[in-house]
Amino acid sequence: MAPVLELRGITKHFGPVLALHGADFILEEGEIHALLGENGAGKSTLMGVAFGLVRPDAGQILVRGTAQQIRGPLDARRLGIGMVHQHFTSVPALTVAENIGLAAGWPVSPGPLSRRVRDLGEQTGLPIDPAMRAEDLPAVLKQRLEVLKALATDARILLLDEPSSVLSPPEAEALLTRLRDFRSRGMSAVLITHKLDEAIRIADRITVLRRGEVVHTGPAGAESAPRLAALMIGDPAWAPHRLSQSASTSEVRVRVQGLAVERSGPSGVPLREATFSVRSGEVVGIAAVEGNGQRELLRAVAGLLRPSRGDLAVSTPVSFVPEDRTSEALIGEFSLAENLVMAEGESGAWIRGPWLDWGSVERRTQELLGEFSVRAPGPRTPAVALSGGNQQRMVLAMALERQPTVLVAENPTRGLDIKATAEIHARLREAARQGVAVLFHSSDLDEVVELADRVLVVREGQVIELSPGATRQEIGARMLVGVPGAS
Amino acid sequence: MRVERFLPLVAAVLAGIAVLAVTLLATGHDPIIAMGAMWRGAFGSWDTILSAVLPRSIPLIIIGLGIGLAFRAGALNIGAEGQFYAGAIAATWAGLHLNGWPAPLAIAALLITSILAGVVWVAVPVLLRVRFGVLEVISTLLLNFVADALVSWMVQGPLQEAKRIYPQSDPIAVSARLPQVPGTRLHLGLLLAVVLALGLWLIYRRTLWGFQLRATGAGPLAARIAGRIDTNRMIATALLLSGAIAGLAGGTEVSGVSYALFQSLSPGYGFTGIAVALLARLDPLGTLATGLLFGALEAGAGGLQREAGVPAVLVYLIEAVIIIVVLLSDAFARRRSDGRF
Amino acid sequence: MDADLLVSFLTSAVRVATPLLLAALGETLAERGGVINLGIEGVMLAGALAAAIGSTAGGPWAGTFASAATGALLSLGFGLIAVAAGANQIITGTAVTLGAVGATGAVYREVYGSGGVGLSLPTFRVVPIPGLDRIPLLGPALFEQSILSYLGYVAVPAIWFLLFRTRWGLALRAAGESVEAATAAGVRVKRVRIIALTLGGMFAGIAGASLVLAQVGTFAEKMTAGRGFMAVAIVVLGGWRPGRVAWAALFFGGAMALQFLFQSMLLNVPYQLFLMLPYLLTLLVLVGAVGRVRSPAELGRG
Repeated sequence: MAPVLELRGITKHFGPVLALHGADFILEEGEIHALLGENGAGKSTLMGVAFGLVRPDAGQILVRGTAQQIRGPLDARRLGIGMVHQHFTSVPALTVAENIGLAAGWPVSPGPLSRRVRDLGEQTGLPIDPAMRAEDLPAVLKQRLEVLKALATDARILLLDEPSSVLSPPEAEALLTRLRDFRSRGMSAVLITHKLDEAIRIADRITVLRRGEVVHTGPAGAESAPRLAALMIGDPAWAPHRLSQSASTSEVRVRVQGLAVERSGPSGVPLREATFSVRSGEVVGIAAVEGNGQRELLRAVAGLLRPSRGDLAVSTPVSFVPEDRTSEALIGEFSLAENLVMAEGESGAWIRGPWLDWGSVERRTQELLGEFSVRAPGPRTPAVALSGGNQQRMVLAMALERQPTVLVAENPTRGLDIKATAEIHARLREAARQGVAVLFHSSDLDEVVELADRVLVVREGQVIELSPGATRQEIGARMLVGVPGAS
Repeated sequence: MRVERFLPLVAAVLAGIAVLAVTLLATGHDPIIAMGAMWRGAFGSWDTILSAVLPRSIPLIIIGLGIGLAFRAGALNIGAEGQFYAGAIAATWAGLHLNGWPAPLAIAALLITSILAGVVWVAVPVLLRVRFGVLEVISTLLLNFVADALVSWMVQGPLQEAKRIYPQSDPIAVSARLPQVPGTRLHLGLLLAVVLALGLWLIYRRTLWGFQLRATGAGPLAARIAGRIDTNRMIATALLLSGAIAGLAGGTEVSGVSYALFQSLSPGYGFTGIAVALLARLDPLGTLATGLLFGALEAGAGGLQREAGVPAVLVYLIEAVIIIVVLLSDAFARRRSDGRF
Repeated sequence: MDADLLVSFLTSAVRVATPLLLAALGETLAERGGVINLGIEGVMLAGALAAAIGSTAGGPWAGTFASAATGALLSLGFGLIAVAAGANQIITGTAVTLGAVGATGAVYREVYGSGGVGLSLPTFRVVPIPGLDRIPLLGPALFEQSILSYLGYVAVPAIWFLLFRTRWGLALRAAGESVEAATAAGVRVKRVRIIALTLGGMFAGIAGASLVLAQVGTFAEKMTAGRGFMAVAIVVLGGWRPGRVAWAALFFGGAMALQFLFQSMLLNVPYQLFLMLPYLLTLLVLVGAVGRVRSPAELGRG
């Protein structure tokens, strides 16, 4: 029998970047197929092709043995393909019922629509309140809404893009269990992930993508975890070395006492109570599921949000590495030199009274490009022309340029490949060794455990301090949030 | 690179002329004759250049610089027309009370009054934006109509000429008038416009404040978060300065051209100024060039109406076409670097 | 104030509110889809001229159809530039209005000459609705109006139904709240927005027609005098909901009608102050409205 979904020789360029190069992928009926790869390997792009979000430059898509043109999500849906996106892709201001109705093309009358959504929740074992606005749902239910939207279209093929990345470990486990149920009903699924253990535990087969090419396909048990890791990274000699831990008996640089912060936007979550301190030379990691108030906490420490209650003492200067580097850390159309001027403001060495000495700016930018191994033609290159990794190196270079005593970072390695990630980690460690107090959050729990000397969990606006020897499982359990709104 | 950036502008102007030609044909005029009339209206002689094109360009350049300043900071000031009128009303009022002052002082006093009036006029939208979050686009726009009514009241009420017959003010004091090049209508405002353009160019390029203003417009989020710039304050300052400059244009128009307040003193300078600024890519030196271009277009439109009987308002259609072609070419340039759909 | 004066005030308030209502309903459609169309001022103006020309040639109905077609076409053009090509909506809207001022001015002088003699056009008569017009005060105000006012009344629930009870309306609202999410749900965002703009432009065109054919009875250059921009403010005040938009339009109609009332009562106050009144009221009302109602999240973005 023909496979339910087959992608043949898919090639895709984004500008000068080759995202996919002749990639082949086969999904058999009734299997869970893990698509493994590093960030930027082309996993999401490949599934984007199958769902009609990305138009390939070359290649063929076959659904149940028949060649198909998939020009958009509507075509995909007609062919029984549903996708659960990595990020929340529901319309925030619409209700759960409206979102599902929109995705499935159901009639809009409120009464019947609600009933139908309730029924769907019961049939699939994923109950949800149809009348709630999507933006008010906690992360677990947002994820559930994404899955329900795909199921509402009677999808027989589910494409799940990093579905566990916004969930606490127990919630992720529950979702993966649900996925096995679907398989037992004859559905097929592609699980995009960069987590090896997840792939090995859940999947029937595993395909590894590296730099846009398929480098391995085989049954889940066939290859060992280290071998798969080597395939993902592509450089068998390279391995992340364990970072040295630093002592922290020095002076307190951040002291937070009974701190409360209002939510930072319509989708924010207020910070209700935080008490902790960070010392010079320490790296403190914050573990939290998306939307629990950690953003408000970090931004208050960075001086960008005003606390509504409590004490906050932070020694200056503070540097901040925001989560979204393309819109919050850099101005894409500005040159690297201009971005440096922006980041340093009045403390730049090139300020002469009201005037700017651009020669001095460019010389310093050139030096930083070398020091932080940013690959760029020169100081006049617009920031947007750099790869994500190089942009982040530049952001970190700018953050350290002001010689901070405190460095606050949100998801400092999001979207970077393993090498760039390791480099950023080493830079943060090095900064701490030189006496900077580092406070960071990562939505990847493994990163928090690996990089931090000490871990804080933020859950529903509360900061919980864990003992230094806390294991990954203990931290994961503390992150779990109760589930309001499920009916 | 620099040349490439300005190619779309040439295309835009050509498109504007093409639309004009088609419109002329469609309405039964001979485009060759009509365009000849237009050319003669603008460049027919030294006199048309010095007395029609340049004086017409001065308010367009000054307003274009002011609008460019606001746009650079990401604040859409669509109310330059109203700010111009506020400046003109204040300048007229001042000019009527400056008899006996020495000329340099009288002129300075008149221009400063017009600047202050522009600031006051734009202060309302600034306040509404800062305190209540009302979009400046809508508030500045609405105040144009209020200014229009205000001028109408002034020339029929408090500022009406002594005989109370015509809807206009008395002429301002002779000492408050800007000096002219003898034998022409070209006044000192041109020098003011050029100095202002050079000054702004220097500020944008060479000062931290000017840089931060550009950063606020180009990436407001990054400016606030990475640059720690108080973007709200920056936008407010830019709007106030923008209003000041538009007010100044009202002052130079009264002090250099009309010497009095009229009901329709501005033939839409505040709107044409948007096209002038955009076409120059908000660059102050470019604004000098585009201001001259539009000054020539409008002076030419005057010739068109006189000689060929074609309504001069048609020039707004041409300006609209120019803005749209520039917008489109920018949009397509952005799209070329984007592979997704 | 005696009852006759009140009735005549209310009647003129409704008559003056009609173009505002029609334009604001059109703008509601555009803005629900996330597009702010400042070109609506120009669209209304073009609609007004089309109504004048059409009415001269074939009577008020021909004028109305001409205005609807002109409005739809011009807004389609706006949509192609601001949505399909993705140009800045505010600047495109300003350009459309500027172009419409130029084009209508030139065409008007070509067609009717620039003599300045008041143009007299075949207009819509007042059609009382039997029975309903007997209701005290409100009867004559609401039900002794022209057919275009009645069209406005019908359009309010019709647009509400379109927005909140049809799949297309849901898709449009999704596009106005999140382009990314709407796209992921299979909505063709650009297409649905352009359709909404075109349909909304039709209403804005008819708004121009109602100004010419049911209120003023003639065309003059720049005669819309900011009514299109006022419609944008009315949409904000009405919280992007057709029912409340109708009330907001009536409120503005009242403010404008007040001009006539006060002018006839207080002779020593300059009439220009009343001309300013609706614009100042708009500002005041925006201060109160902003923040209370949430705007479509994508409004005005690229």
